[in-house]
Amino acid sequence: MFPRPIQSAGRTATFAYQAFLPVALLIWLLPLLAIFLTSIRGAADINSGNVFGWPSEFQMASNYVAVFTQSEAATYMLNSVLITVPTVIISVALACLAGYALAIYRFRVAVPLFFLFVAGNFIPFQILMVPVRDMSVQTGLYDTIAGQFLFHAAFQTGFCTLFMRNFIKALPFDLIESARIEGVKEWKIFWYVVLPLVRPAIAALAVLIFTFVWNDFFWANVLTQGETAKPITAGVRALNGQFVNNWHLVSAASLLAAIPPVFMFFLMQRHFIAGLTLGAVK
Amino acid sequence: MSDISAPQSASWMSRNKLAIAPWLFLVPALLFFAVYVVMPIFESIWLSFYEWNGLYRADGTSTATWVGFDNYVKLWDDPKFWTSLKNNVLWLVLYMLAVPAGLGIALFLNQKTPGMRIYKSLFFFPFVISQVVVGLIFGWFYNPDFGVVGQVFKALYCEETVNLVGNVTFKCSGTVPDILSNPEVATYGIIAAGLWPQIAYCMILYLTGLNNVASDQIEAGRLDGAKGWRMLWFVVLPQLRPATFIAVVVTVIGALRSFDMIAIMTQGGPFGSTNVLAYYMFETAISEYGERYGYGSAIATVLFLIMLVYISYFLWRMYQDEKGGR
Repeated sequence: MFPRPIQSAGRTATFAYQAFLPVALLIWLLPLLAIFLTSIRGAADINSGNVFGWPSEFQMASNYVAVFTQSEAATYMLNSVLITVPTVIISVALACLAGYALAIYRFRVAVPLFFLFVAGNFIPFQILMVPVRDMSVQTGLYDTIAGQFLFHAAFQTGFCTLFMRNFIKALPFDLIESARIEGVKEWKIFWYVVLPLVRPAIAALAVLIFTFVWNDFFWANVLTQGETAKPITAGVRALNGQFVNNWHLVSAASLLAAIPPVFMFFLMQRHFIAGLTLGAVK
Repeated sequence: MSDISAPQSASWMSRNKLAIAPWLFLVPALLFFAVYVVMPIFESIWLSFYEWNGLYRADGTSTATWVGFDNYVKLWDDPKFWTSLKNNVLWLVLYMLAVPAGLGIALFLNQKTPGMRIYKSLFFFPFVISQVVVGLIFGWFYNPDFGVVGQVFKALYCEETVNLVGNVTFKCSGTVPDILSNPEVATYGIIAAGLWPQIAYCMILYLTGLNNVASDQIEAGRLDGAKGWRMLWFVVLPQLRPATFIAVVVTVIGALRSFDMIAIMTQGGPFGSTNVLAYYMFETAISEYGERYGYGSAIATVLFLIMLVYISYFLWRMYQDEKGGR
């Protein structure tokens, strides 16, 4: 283990380390903490510049309720869910199929195709912006929920396929080989042999794609216009314009937008981290 | 006997099943990916040679007109383009600080004391939050009137006086710094905000990497008298190379993709000083003065070509690994 375990440096050092940890964490999360404190303050504190002091009044409930009653926040949240969930389902499903094909079969274009998915995953969004927007307008998908999740699903398929292919490639090939010798049909091998084994990968991808898409801001701006299909990220920006200098309300709205991915992360932490390392760091 | 006769009576499908099956599995993903990702790339590059406001004539034909390399010539003479490019370089260079900073925090946290897992995940927090929210948090953090920076400045350099009527006034020995309104420093302010989640990302990569550092090599190093920096440099870092590679890749891509924070914190201002290619492209293509799809596509193409350098490098590295593997 590196660095050397702190316990080997004596009890004083261990104690000092443990005492310093919360302090370091506090400093690290200071911006977040400040915004949380702001979100439970009353308007009077904001105007008098009371940022770190004890709130003169606690308005947590009323601030968070105000976000929902005075704005379209509920619609935005619902839209985010309606965009994110289908994206996760479609992209992970497509990636399971594609990843299986690229990992199991040896055919000439397997590696080039795999690299195509990998490369697509890293390109700047801007190179897709104009054609995708134009296509959405032409097909009536502009400013709709479906227009957003179809695009996200397609784009995230690249990352999911990269991940899934590497995961399946690491499975013992004998399993598939022996199933074939038994005469099991190819799609049955996929369904009954491989799919149960890639469950951890599915979990990792689901939580990761959920976070990526929930936090998307660029495409929300490119593919929507009005309030009807806006997700929460774009919504929070709109609220920021609406609640000018009402920092307690803006803070509350921001934290609301952050809750679902944070919740997902804590729920499925191990899977989340496995996904982030692109499966390269085990 | 039946084993020999079976192939002849089997259909073409089952005889070629190993050649056909992969395509059946691939078709849905390929179709989606081709329509939404692969084709648009070429369309964008193609469009960058046109001038187009995104409109169609009544008969459904596009109003785009071919202008050849005009957009690129204009780009060359566009000071806003060069400011954006310069800022992109700044982002790339400064964003790289996330890698050593992430390693530093990972080394600090790589201990086994009670509650360590909670600490690690709380340190990772900033990455999970949307960049929009991070941008808002820091925008407010930097706000000279309401934010933390303003408050700290007032506490350090200002004297509070209460006059007879009870109004509070401040006498300050200088003006409160307004980071995001100052063209000289605004970009640094945004990059600092962007580093916060990126450091968290690099940290988690290194924490995972440190978990797998071979302890026998560390022990061997200790027997040879290596410790501290020398141990880190000669024994630990070589083992962390996969983590470093991924950290560098995601940081480069994060730097070149920076869009959300700029849109939230400054919208490219003041006076275009915080613009980057990603934001400038968006602003140009969909602006309130009408769409400029051709010029926007030219900016996007430049950004794409820059990214392509890194993508090629990444793919080349992957290819080496593939050859090394099975």
